[in-house]
Amino acid sequence: MLKDITIGQYFPGNSIIHRLDPRFKIVITLVFIAMLFTGDSMWCLAIGAIFTVISILLSKIPFKMFVKSVKPLLPFLLITALLNLFFVSSGTVYWHWKFFKVTSGGINISVFMIIRIVLLIAGSSLLTYTTSPITLTDAIERLLAPLKKLKFPVHELSMMMSIALRFIPTLIEETDKIMSAQKARGAEIDSGSFKARVKNLVSIMIPLFISAFRRADELATAMECRCYNGGNGRTRLRQLKSAARDYAALGVIALFYAAVIITDKLI
Amino acid sequence: MTILKTEELTYTYSEGTPFEKTAVDHVNLEIEKGEMVGVMGHTGSGKSTLIQHFNGLLKPTSGRILLDGKDIWEDKSNIRNIRFQVGLVFQYPEYQIFEETVYKDISFGPKNMGLDESEIKRRVLSTANDLGITDEMLERSPFELSGGQKRRVAIAGVMAMEPKVLILDEPTAGLDPSGRDKILGLIKKYHERTGNTILIVSHSMEDIASFADKILVMNKSKLFCYDTTVNVFRRAEEIEKIGLDVPQITRVFGSLKRSGLDFGKEVYTVGYAKDLLLKKLKEREDL
Repeated sequence: MLKDITIGQYFPGNSIIHRLDPRFKIVITLVFIAMLFTGDSMWCLAIGAIFTVISILLSKIPFKMFVKSVKPLLPFLLITALLNLFFVSSGTVYWHWKFFKVTSGGINISVFMIIRIVLLIAGSSLLTYTTSPITLTDAIERLLAPLKKLKFPVHELSMMMSIALRFIPTLIEETDKIMSAQKARGAEIDSGSFKARVKNLVSIMIPLFISAFRRADELATAMECRCYNGGNGRTRLRQLKSAARDYAALGVIALFYAAVIITDKLI
Repeated sequence: MTILKTEELTYTYSEGTPFEKTAVDHVNLEIEKGEMVGVMGHTGSGKSTLIQHFNGLLKPTSGRILLDGKDIWEDKSNIRNIRFQVGLVFQYPEYQIFEETVYKDISFGPKNMGLDESEIKRRVLSTANDLGITDEMLERSPFELSGGQKRRVAIAGVMAMEPKVLILDEPTAGLDPSGRDKILGLIKKYHERTGNTILIVSHSMEDIASFADKILVMNKSKLFCYDTTVNVFRRAEEIEKIGLDVPQITRVFGSLKRSGLDFGKEVYTVGYAKDLLLKKLKEREDL
């Protein structure tokens, strides 16, 4: 069951989306998010949806991966939709009971919100699916570089992010091992009552924390042995270079954003 | 009497994906009650996957595992019970320790079995005694102990469930020679006292040769052989061919045989080699 976690998962490939400069990809994703939150009409969302679908098709990543990324957020989506459905009171009233009301406005807004959130998740998943975690943190470091002037620890922050991402699979593997070991001692983890399961969680969390601290300690020593002392004077093996296609991609998202703004004004 | 039996046991990881890999391939085994079995094989030969089937942590893709003649997967809800009967000690078991005191950690297994307090106490004390854990240690935090002591506490945690079959995955990995000898000695004593079936995975041929009645060799997901220690080391050359070691002393006697000095016996422990050599020398003196 732990194998189903897709956070920060990366699907290697060589599509145009994969090859875009990660700095541009981050900026484009930010513009994309802003675009989804601009305008209140379905037409604006439709433009966002077109952009999302085209990007997904260009990335050549199987569509079911995006379904998978939305899945864990289904309960959250349902709650948002239900709240909007019952508590928004505008337009024609179709049904009401005490203070619950289903109105045409409520239905509109709940459908609108679901589409908006799904697009948001699918679009941002595209960023992590097509960019390896290392390049991603590299790009973040470069984008935040101006903050260095304000004594903001940009390099340290991105190093922490890289390490955290790097250790997700390791910790998942470790959890699997500890779970098996405790199961061998009769711990009820995926069976038994809720109370027993919570109690048994302790038997997994404590060894996991201890091993995480041990690993952190070992990693710190190993880094010190290689004379790591922060980002000062450090050069890079892989230089990020922007190409014409990156500016073209930026142009495309700008066009889409402009279209959304115009649509919003016209309708 | 057969205690553990596998029939065409097969396990495939990530079935139906490009990462598909068969880790255990049609293994047929019969382990007799009371035997001390050494399990050998390379990293990735499927031995760890195989032993995780014996207590139902992994469910076979096809084939069956029988404990006392009964399929362990016949009744799914009973699988926890199987884990109390077949105790499995993982590699580096000290990483599973979590309680505040050694006593509490050892009693985790027995408690999960739902035993009453007095029975739990009896089992913890008797296993602690088996593994050389003193009363003073029982009250301490397990995290204050040395590596070798922690290892013994973790093994005790499984032994205290008093399983019919005890499986240990490299119980001596990462220990210094004295810690290693101590643990092997204690396991041997436990075996003599209880007469329970024990399986030990080990990379050290010297260790396996010194305690095992039988040896199970896994190679490339398949069962290479399962036979008595003498018979397995008789195939020393084949075993070396698949990249595994035989005890140094077996190699020495192998070259002696090739250079014309045949003792006519398989030699795999230093003690036995010494006896043989002394006897031979005596014969010469007598001549």
